[in-house]
Amino acid sequence: MAEKKLGTQTVKFKNPPSIIAGGTIVGPKEGEGPLRDYFDMILVDDTYGEKSWEKAESKMFQDAVNLALKKANLKISEIDYLLGGDLLNQIISANFAARQLNVPHFGLYGACSTMTEGLTLGAMLIDGGYADYIIAATSSHFSTAERQFRYPLEQGIQRPFTSQWTVTGAGATILASTGEGPYITHATTGKVVDLGMKDANNMGAAMAPAAADTIITHFKDTGFTIEDYDLIMTGDMGRVGRDILLELLYKEGYDIESKYKDCGIEIFDESQDVHSGGSGAACSAVVLNGWLLSQIQNGVYKKVLFMATGALLSPTSSQQGESIPGIAHAITISTTL
Amino acid sequence: MDYIKAFLMGGLICAIAQILIDKTKLTPARILVTYVTLGAILRGLGVYKKLIDIGGAGATIPLLGFGNSLAQGVIKAVEKDGLIGVFTGGLTATAGGISAAVFFGYIFSLIFNSKTKK
Amino acid sequence: MERDVKKEQEYKNIAQKYEPKPALLKNVVMAFVVGGLISDIGQFFLNFYLSRGYSMQDANTLVSITMVFLGAFLTGIGVYDDIGKFAGAGSIVPITGFANSIVSPAMEFKREGFVFGAAAKMFTIAGPVIVYGVSTSIIIGLIYYFLK
Repeated sequence: MAEKKLGTQTVKFKNPPSIIAGGTIVGPKEGEGPLRDYFDMILVDDTYGEKSWEKAESKMFQDAVNLALKKANLKISEIDYLLGGDLLNQIISANFAARQLNVPHFGLYGACSTMTEGLTLGAMLIDGGYADYIIAATSSHFSTAERQFRYPLEQGIQRPFTSQWTVTGAGATILASTGEGPYITHATTGKVVDLGMKDANNMGAAMAPAAADTIITHFKDTGFTIEDYDLIMTGDMGRVGRDILLELLYKEGYDIESKYKDCGIEIFDESQDVHSGGSGAACSAVVLNGWLLSQIQNGVYKKVLFMATGALLSPTSSQQGESIPGIAHAITISTTL
Repeated sequence: MDYIKAFLMGGLICAIAQILIDKTKLTPARILVTYVTLGAILRGLGVYKKLIDIGGAGATIPLLGFGNSLAQGVIKAVEKDGLIGVFTGGLTATAGGISAAVFFGYIFSLIFNSKTKK
Repeated sequence: MERDVKKEQEYKNIAQKYEPKPALLKNVVMAFVVGGLISDIGQFFLNFYLSRGYSMQDANTLVSITMVFLGAFLTGIGVYDDIGKFAGAGSIVPITGFANSIVSPAMEFKREGFVFGAAAKMFTIAGPVIVYGVSTSIIIGLIYYFLK
């Protein structure tokens, strides 16, 4: 009997883990954005002194973990598991970083939903008594994602207004079995939802049904209402996805607009020419571990529903004309139990 | 005068491609393939020659002109050499452009590196 | 999950409502102007080569080579993608754009080696263009040969 399970897709932690530290590192463009003051490290050059952008991304992943460890005053040897992933084929950024870090590692692929996928599984491992310290981490890089999913950088093409800008950065969160919060109290694991969207330049529209599904399921499973939360934040819906999500939820009787923010919209200024907003696994990771944790620590928000959202396409599936499935995992972050 | 004609013809051909991209979500690669094929067909029908007479470089510079050169090369070679010209004419006529594209493409990729977008 | 066609159509309608439309008029005007200007550069070289006594056919070939060189060079120094950002089809469709489609993947993928990286990826777009162009011209040649 799964005694910690609520409803169909949610778990309520008996011993909710504490978020004890977050580490962030971002690229130069993100470092010019509105959230620049909240990041631990801003790269001047997005190759990070490496020979390839893939190497740079892996190094960012590794350094985000190290930054978080330093803040938590922990050594890597004290970490029970690293749960990490990224967007590149065979998640090389995470796996190659784990090669250096020398820590038991679960590689995850949830596209841009990886941050909350890792946090959910990490919280379960801790609550289950299998670990005292967990690191969940993820990364993305504009230049590695472009060449894998879209076009070479120097190709002269126009980006449609629905397109999003992959965030260059990495974020890592350390969860602990003991601590004074903020706690992860609930986690709602999303289903893969696909309503037939095929435009790889419009991820917001592809992910919105999955996002709406997870939010509605979360409220049904937990019995929480919108009033219970100070903030409901999604990972990378962008402006297009945001508008669709709000309408889908409104139709089902959930008017979250006054409480709602999206990491992809917050991380860049409209003048930065990113069209619909930021995206990428790092988008939610750096906003959560940079801006949001500091807001929670400063008492601005006491209870937050945080949900990273992923578009589960591959270059192969796109070329074969497959539609784009979406996924969203939500966690409740609360300062009190 | 030929500059005005070239400007209008080249501009028009590009403007049509832009409408196709924005209205049908055709990717740039598909536009290029469509244009080269279309250019060859239009030459086969004898239409493209007239466009070049009017537009000069405005009709030869867009990729329609590349298709036109391929078809024209084949037709001329068939007239001169018969059946073998079907296979030799196209690439012979366009050898300069293709060789330049391969050579300069390779050389510049050796010299320069991709820069990230701002 | 079974596909629910009705639900998908309903959702498509919602999604379309929020999809920002491309700035068609502005894009078309920019494509027209840039495409026209690139053609004029070609016309300039055409007139130049003709004035040097080359035949029309040779002059056209020299123009192609010159324009390919310019397109490849501007791609190499990182300017062509900036032009493409506002010019759209205006810089894709001219032969300079063909050169751009060859150099940009070659530069990008040389880290994967000079054989399967740079040299193979060069033809990501140029390959299909040559395949379809040459094949079409051969079919036209066959038709021409048998109808002549």
